[in-house]
Amino acid sequence: MSRQSNRTTDSKKMNAELFTLTYGALVTQLCKDYENDEEVNKQLDKMGYNIGVRLIEDFLARSSVGRCQDFRETADVIAKVAFKMYLGITPSVTNWSPAGDEFSLILESNPLVDFVELPDNHSSLVYSNLLCGVLRGALEMVQMAVDVKFAQDTLRGDNITEIRMKFIKRIEENLPAGDE
Amino acid sequence: MTVHNLYIFDRNGSCLHYGEWNRKKQAGISKEEEFKLMYGMLFSIRSFCSKMSPLDMKDGFLTFQTSKYKLHYYETPTGIKIIMNTDLGVPNAKDILHQIYSTLYVEYIVKNPLCVLGEQLTSDLFTTRLDLYIRALPFFSPRAA
Repeated sequence: MSRQSNRTTDSKKMNAELFTLTYGALVTQLCKDYENDEEVNKQLDKMGYNIGVRLIEDFLARSSVGRCQDFRETADVIAKVAFKMYLGITPSVTNWSPAGDEFSLILESNPLVDFVELPDNHSSLVYSNLLCGVLRGALEMVQMAVDVKFAQDTLRGDNITEIRMKFIKRIEENLPAGDE
Repeated sequence: MTVHNLYIFDRNGSCLHYGEWNRKKQAGISKEEEFKLMYGMLFSIRSFCSKMSPLDMKDGFLTFQTSKYKLHYYETPTGIKIIMNTDLGVPNAKDILHQIYSTLYVEYIVKNPLCVLGEQLTSDLFTTRLDLYIRALPFFSPRAA
């Protein structure tokens, strides 16, 4: 059993460049496979979603984070614990909407784009759109429906990279049908 | 002391895994029905506890015991529920259930892309590891009491 417990306690360090380059190869291939950028964005989001629904279990097993009481706590956990654990960065949380149901993650550096320069003919490609899918999928598994999108991206000439998160609703848990 | 059996449910109430070690008395109904009955009871206990609690709860429902056995309950924020029945002498098993989740379920099921989440688990690796883990628990052996 000792081998297994080691596996979860020390997070395995991986060369970030390998990850970045693999992601780059994935996006490149998708751009070849699909004619338009919108479709590539959609595929990236979908892949991210599928990663997110599994990643959340790994995250919960590794960190001792319990259920969040409100969206602010969720924002903190995402920025300070999750991003740190998986990407080695700590985005800042800003631009809260007055209702407290929307916020922005500002990424000073985005490890996915370390070696990227977007060619002019891909102006509507959201290069790191996988992250949106991951966030959406992971939060859905903890009963939060959330809308995630890139509001600004340094790759497309903005000064900062900003991911906008909007809380839609709590997903209620139901007793399975035919089980009264 | 001993471990009787263990259930793993997902957030939708389907039984992902059932393991049995020292169970002398069977329910006398089909396993399918038993799982539904079990889940229904847990679901009710959860809402009962949260409504009846005079204080804000952190962990919610953890365990109950009868004259003969003790049921330990652990739930992750994603709604995975692990239930283990033991005899009365076993102390709080929360850490053990968390271990089962983090070192077995996550490692061998979630990280195995061939395992479809939300369906009954068919991974032999997981089943064998879980069996080994349970058998290695200090309170597993019926004679240790």
